[in-house]
Amino acid sequence: MSEQTTFTDADRNDGVEPDMVDQNAAPASEATGAGVVPMNMIQALNSAIDVKMAEDANVLSFGEDAGYFGGVFRVTDKLQQKHGLTRSFDAPISECGIVAAAIGMGAYGLRPVVEIQFADYIYPAYDQIVSEAAKMRYRSGGQFTSPITVRSPYGGGIFGGQTHSQSPESLFTHIAGLKVVIPSNPYDAKGLLTAAIEDDDPVVFFEPKRLYNGPFDGWHEKPVSPWKAQDLAQVPTGKYVEPIGKARVMREGNDVTILAYGTMVWVALAGAEHAGVDAEVIDLRSLVPLDIEAIEASVKKTGRCVIVHEAPKTSGFGGELSALVQERCFYSLEAPIARVTGWDTPYPHAFEWEYFPGPQRVADALKSVMTGGR
Amino acid sequence: MDMDARMNDKMNKKNSQPLSLRVPEPSGRPGDTPDFSHLQMDPAGVVERPEVGSTPYQMRDLAFRLIRVLDDEGAAVGPWNPRLDPETMRRGLKAMILTRAFDDRMHRAHRQGKTSFYMKCTGEEAIAVAQGMILSREDMGFPTYRQQGLLIARGYPLVAMMNQIYSNAEDPIKGRQLPIMYSAKDYGFFTISGNLGTQVPQAVGWAMASAYKGDDKIAISWIGDGATAEGDFHNALTFASVYRAPVILNVVNNQWAISSFQGIAGGLETTFASKAIGYGLPALRVDGNDFLAVWAATQWAEERARSNQGATVIELFTYRGAPHSTSDDPSRYRPGDEHEKWPLGDPIERLRQHLTVIGEWDDERHAAALKDAVEQVRAAGKESEAIGTLGQSRPSVKTMFEEVYATEDWRLIEQRREVGV
Repeated sequence: MSEQTTFTDADRNDGVEPDMVDQNAAPASEATGAGVVPMNMIQALNSAIDVKMAEDANVLSFGEDAGYFGGVFRVTDKLQQKHGLTRSFDAPISECGIVAAAIGMGAYGLRPVVEIQFADYIYPAYDQIVSEAAKMRYRSGGQFTSPITVRSPYGGGIFGGQTHSQSPESLFTHIAGLKVVIPSNPYDAKGLLTAAIEDDDPVVFFEPKRLYNGPFDGWHEKPVSPWKAQDLAQVPTGKYVEPIGKARVMREGNDVTILAYGTMVWVALAGAEHAGVDAEVIDLRSLVPLDIEAIEASVKKTGRCVIVHEAPKTSGFGGELSALVQERCFYSLEAPIARVTGWDTPYPHAFEWEYFPGPQRVADALKSVMTGGR
Repeated sequence: MDMDARMNDKMNKKNSQPLSLRVPEPSGRPGDTPDFSHLQMDPAGVVERPEVGSTPYQMRDLAFRLIRVLDDEGAAVGPWNPRLDPETMRRGLKAMILTRAFDDRMHRAHRQGKTSFYMKCTGEEAIAVAQGMILSREDMGFPTYRQQGLLIARGYPLVAMMNQIYSNAEDPIKGRQLPIMYSAKDYGFFTISGNLGTQVPQAVGWAMASAYKGDDKIAISWIGDGATAEGDFHNALTFASVYRAPVILNVVNNQWAISSFQGIAGGLETTFASKAIGYGLPALRVDGNDFLAVWAATQWAEERARSNQGATVIELFTYRGAPHSTSDDPSRYRPGDEHEKWPLGDPIERLRQHLTVIGEWDDERHAAALKDAVEQVRAAGKESEAIGTLGQSRPSVKTMFEEVYATEDWRLIEQRREVGV
């Protein structure tokens, strides 16, 4: 579990130019007072933790390489230097231990924010998350709670192979007692992470690492535009909260609804543009709780639905979305619901772009549902 | 021989004898005479008591010894004698008696069909009772399912325990957990998981939080010999050592994990206390049936934790006298009289003997204590059964959908309506 530098390099070399990290953006940990500055997603996440740590002495952050060094993706950069050794520190390579310690701290009354270096490493912590954090409030009749945030970079598009690319969100959406949040841009990343830290229940917070430095849209041979050009990268330096459980309409449209989250939001936008279809693109932002009202309203308006995620198709969250749309919008549907997903294979290194759902596949699915699925 | 031939020869090297797989076996099975010759024990009073500030390296020998205070004649001897006043010892004895009486009644209640499940702690009463008395309710205990003595020693209402066991309308945790998986925050008793080992690294995290805040509370956890094989235990020891967490990490070695003897968890190769050594933690190995030894060792670890010197691992050497649970039948896998012949005796009888020897207890008072315990349990039983045994009463079905989250989302509201509540 120590190959991280290889993959941050791979990330940088793969269409993400160094200037995508906005050198002019104020490091969030140095932000003071009110104001709005352009931030990439790393800086926005850093700012969320920084602002909460400054506000609440019960907030602390730890994880593998997450202390002095600030994390392999730099999300916790300078938090230790600013807030002190005991508030942002390195943890042993023990995901079970990291989450279990956070659970104990949460039961004590702290609000730990822990980093699992890659979502692919979260499995040793699975029992602690599923059997312990998720059940704590319920099984103790409300005596004990787990107000913890488990942050983890997830998803592909960085030539990370099977151990640095997975999207395990549906392993957590299935668990009663957990919330699962996935932002797609710097503004939401900060507002939602702030909400997660303040949430009284455990939140699994997946960060689409392919979006850390720019809104990657899946056209992997083209350079990625930097975040600073985006409205959603204009981030207040002070505190704000984006409520968990509310979707964001990224593009209004009338002909088909695309449900996506994480990197796939930008792929969906590119796919719709490529297909020339008037699609409504909904960024779910939180899978649990899910903004069912936004989904229902949109699909009833458009009569068609395409679901996009990176995770494998079988038992992916798209299956749940598809069932919900069918249950609630059947009489509005004019075509079968389509899913564009990762394949039912492990994540392959050499076949990154055959595996990773790209805008062409989204465009094909859109054309297919526009012609009634035939 | 040329190079290729030499390489070939090396690669084809044969063992002097074929390899064989070893699977550990206990010293006795049903029908056998119990054999305790393999047990590593010391006579009472001979093990040195190191200074609380000793380094784990200086005191590593203690991981392989057995701290005992009460000798066969009932005298308290040696440097670990905590010199308790008789009243404290009488309180401990009565709490152990009450714990056993409670177990007996609830085991019977299961047999009578009043509940679905029960687990006794017969033979292990000294551990949770002594440790529950030493630490305060402000400290947090992260128990397994055999530390009911902690609640009883702290005066938690027996009727509340029974209500939980019956999942009735007054169950403090609303009928959501298997019987005996108590949760009692105000009594320093963390919600029992039922998954083995998970609570140990949580105890470390809780203790880290107390240190982080600069508070003065400590944590204490328990795990069985069998579950030390879980990764959680080793993760806990790493974190406890690295962050010098103020926590007492108990391993209750009661010899049996359901039907697997402690050798299946590695107990034939080394002691469970010695697991601490590799993590740089101090280890104490203690006669868990000796109330005074448990008391003294816990006090040593408590002092170490409270003085910011970190965690201690304590192996409490005992014997699981009862079946694992009401679903278990030990006559299928261990000698029937193994408990009866256990060389370290019974914790209640040993403390009773000591108090009698020093003139602070007698048969009459013992009989009265037994009678009082049975009466307390009977009165609580009457009260709880009036509320209802399993199925006779229960919390409102609506509560099934509550406290999954702080606030119910639309799914739970819809599903509750679907059930019609």
